Amino acid sequence: MKVLYTWGAILLIVLASTTGDILMSHVMKRVGDVHSAARQCGFLTVLRRILSNPLFFVGIVALAVAFYALLFGLSWNDVSLIGPAAAALTFVTNAIAAKIFLHERVDRRRWIAALLIAGGVVLLAV
Amino acid sequence: MTLRKYLVLVSVTICAAVGETLLARGMKQIGNISPRNLPSVIFAVTNPWVALGILFLLGFFVTYNTALSWADLTYVLPATSLSYVLLAFIARFMLHEQISATRWIGILLISSGVGFVTQGPALTAGPEAANVEAAPETVATGNKS
Repeated sequence: MKVLYTWGAILLIVLASTTGDILMSHVMKRVGDVHSAARQCGFLTVLRRILSNPLFFVGIVALAVAFYALLFGLSWNDVSLIGPAAAALTFVTNAIAAKIFLHERVDRRRWIAALLIAGGVVLLAV
Repeated sequence: MTLRKYLVLVSVTICAAVGETLLARGMKQIGNISPRNLPSVIFAVTNPWVALGILFLLGFFVTYNTALSWADLTYVLPATSLSYVLLAFIARFMLHEQISATRWIGILLISSGVGFVTQGPALTAGPEAANVEAAPETVATGNKS
């Protein structure tokens, strides 16, 4: 049961946080650099611009699901397993999803970085 | 990349590691939660360690979204992954765990991955970038009409 709950939680964290990350990145890219935007038209305008995008709240829900899945997982197993395992998988799923949905140019440098880090995170968990 | 942007990335890294450590400490106190007893996970947030952890994760959320406003997701995620290394060091010094040879290799791999990605461009140039430039103006004209 412990193994099932632990990996079920990890799978849910990966799916939910990938969804949340993609949505948040999309929303923030629409707003643009918040520092220069805030200097131009004020902090409140920037905040309103972020909050007026419904996808922001869908992203929050996804991240909340990931958060509670993490709490559930942590109640069954160590942070040194769940944190790295979920993170390593999320690096790979995010690189794929960012390429497909955000049209980011995931070049060889970024792939190598994502795989190096995912591998390193797995080694931390061993 | 300006100094301010690097500071934002450093804040993301620190908030993530400290927040997760605090959550783990709180959940250790609370103990196992079975799926039959799932609503009790909601009350976990009343534990002081969990609450403090959430405060740090809020800081993480704000700085992380700031970074996403000027850098690609596939840049921000690797660039802030030193938080896992920091997490390992916190475990070493707070929980007095030994860092094994495998973990050192893991730390080395992560650090080289971070070094690798931060050498490259932070934002995808091209039609996507043009969209970003256009977006604020669209909003501004929308407000006027």
